[in-house]
Amino acid sequence: MENVNIKINGRDYSVPANSTVLEACRAANIDIPTLCYMKDINEIGACRLCLVEVKGARGPVAACVYPVNEGMEVLTNTPAIRKARKNNLQLVLSNHEKKCLTCIRSTSCELQKLCQEYGVDEDYFEGESNHYDIDDSSVAIIRDNNKCILCRRCVAACKEMQGIGVIGANDRGFDTHIASPFEVKLAETSCINCGQCIVACPVGALYERDDTDKVFDAIADPTKHVAICAAPSVRATIGECFGYEPGTDTEGKMVAGMKALGFDGVYNMNLTADLTIMEEAYEFLDRFQNGGKLPLITSCSPGWIKYCEHYFPEFTDNLSSCKSPQQMFGALYKTFYAQKHGIDPKDIFFVSVIPCTAKKFEVGRDGQCAAGEGIYDVDVAITTRELARMMQTAGIDFKNLGDEKFDEPFELGSGAGAIFGATGGVMEAALRTAAEVVLGKPLEKLEFEDVRGIEGVKKATYKLGDVEVRVAVASGTANAKKLLNSVKSGETQVDFIEIMACPGGCVNGGGQPTQPAVVRNNVDLRSVRAAVLYNADKAMDLRKSHENSAVKALYDEYFEKPNSHKAHEILHTHYVKRGLY
Amino acid sequence: MKKKLTTVMFRGTKAQEEQLIAVIEKYRDTQGAMMPILQEAQEIYGYLPIEVQKIIAARMDVSLEEVYGVASFYSQFSLNPKGEVAIAVCLGTACYVKGAGDIIDRISLKLGGLQAGDTSPDGKYSLEATRCIGACGLAPVLTVNGEVYGRLVKEDVDGILAKYM
Repeated sequence: MENVNIKINGRDYSVPANSTVLEACRAANIDIPTLCYMKDINEIGACRLCLVEVKGARGPVAACVYPVNEGMEVLTNTPAIRKARKNNLQLVLSNHEKKCLTCIRSTSCELQKLCQEYGVDEDYFEGESNHYDIDDSSVAIIRDNNKCILCRRCVAACKEMQGIGVIGANDRGFDTHIASPFEVKLAETSCINCGQCIVACPVGALYERDDTDKVFDAIADPTKHVAICAAPSVRATIGECFGYEPGTDTEGKMVAGMKALGFDGVYNMNLTADLTIMEEAYEFLDRFQNGGKLPLITSCSPGWIKYCEHYFPEFTDNLSSCKSPQQMFGALYKTFYAQKHGIDPKDIFFVSVIPCTAKKFEVGRDGQCAAGEGIYDVDVAITTRELARMMQTAGIDFKNLGDEKFDEPFELGSGAGAIFGATGGVMEAALRTAAEVVLGKPLEKLEFEDVRGIEGVKKATYKLGDVEVRVAVASGTANAKKLLNSVKSGETQVDFIEIMACPGGCVNGGGQPTQPAVVRNNVDLRSVRAAVLYNADKAMDLRKSHENSAVKALYDEYFEKPNSHKAHEILHTHYVKRGLY
Repeated sequence: MKKKLTTVMFRGTKAQEEQLIAVIEKYRDTQGAMMPILQEAQEIYGYLPIEVQKIIAARMDVSLEEVYGVASFYSQFSLNPKGEVAIAVCLGTACYVKGAGDIIDRISLKLGGLQAGDTSPDGKYSLEATRCIGACGLAPVLTVNGEVYGRLVKEDVDGILAKYM
């Protein structure tokens, strides 16, 4: 790509000829405010916050969609531009419910920050405003259109990024609002609860159902035994809620914070990630060697499960019957642990903290009650953001906490369990175990690099002894759709598939800390956060699920062997075929 | 204007569905085919109910919202079938200043609160508020199934409706 010479604010720059003015400015370290812009998926020039002056143009232009050309002169900070941006913010604000004090996004709201920067007078344009009912039909995602600024970032996340499109702009003009077709509630649509709309939202129009009060109440109830386990990726991201840079490993502080909240047990979900691998690797080998249904597809991601049930019901028999690590943990706790310690499973309140909003739906699914009817394996699933809020409410000084360790007997997770949180991680973990089972000896190299990285669809073939195993990995449901269609057409032939609903896997889940557009567009959160997990794996001696002594003990004491009758009763589940709305 | 959702039961026929499928096939390789497909679908069915939009979405491999977003955007697309008795009251400037507001209120009252844009659940009556229909000399004016009634006062409404009951 050739470069062109342009002037920005009187200084010369040479930029790639295919850049937009916004990209050119960013490369020159000049910050242009944006609200609607999301790199690659929402470049629509709608919010008019990125206005700049271009010499010779008739009026101000939207930098996010305006291409550069040779000799162009751009001015980003003139009185007229500052005034235009301020005016547009005032117009946005004129139909925005300004309940900032009670808003979930107060202090992390992109609109609030811009209004402060531009000195906006909130009552500048007084006039009619829309009033909408809050859609709280979903167990996971709540929409408050009174705060919506119609930037369409959620729409782009749902349609372009995830290939789903259950929300969009309905009606027109002043009546335009984001909703589902025929105004049905979100819970009635084929929404998969991935929450990518939430992390895309610049304001407080979308948020997860807050379950923190249920957890606080349970902790305060002396008759309850309240335990919590943390998913692999939460330790890689929760620091962001307390001002750490993305990509900071805060496992020790996270554990200390959870202990300070007063749980009776604080556990490591990496352990049940390892347990999942044991069950899933053996399930795969059984299907692979005995002519079972292939390709086997992983079942850890509840967003992916619901996507499969809605959009590819013909593949539900390909899904691994393994519960997700979250559900395995709750099931294990309310059976094995309860029996061992003489606790009535009804008195156990089991909480998981996960990077995911779809897990809030998963906890209430059929076939997730190992300890008896009505006794759900997991009582409440809270997101990374909710755990951080609980710590803030409880006055826990996260940054100054010392490192602490998870509680026994569920403290130990392998490196294979750790990388579950990144796309390709489950596949790599399963391959480490499956390969050693087949080969009957330790692998020389544990890294399966072809399945790593943020590419949407990855394929590889591995030779295990004298057999070849063909694998594929997809993250983001739009990529899953591509892969499954190519499997359906026979173009792709594979034995084992890993699918994660969110692009990049759990590290980029819909329950992870929100980051403003300026970060999301310039930092690849998927890679930066995943690096924490891969570094943790690399630094560990224990890097294979089947070598985790805690997992071995579970099989010795309780489950006997992977895929045993007991394991099936407690650790496996079933799926349904859902219609499409 | 916010699009009114229908409460009238869908009565599409197999023949209509075949026509619709033929239309979608015709535009299979055309870019930006949503508009003409919706226009022709409305010609076939008279309106664009969810049943029709679902067929379009499935066959075009787009989400239902993508169809609905377009259908709810353009004022020419209707989500409601016209009633057997289709009443349209002109709310153009001349009719409006001559008291069309009172006329439409009276009709609404007589038809059990039917609002502009609504079709009664049994499909019998529909009420529409139109822009100027070019009969300002007769203001205020309304039409029933295309028949024009002009120089109205609200007391005329009952008599006109009685003809169609």
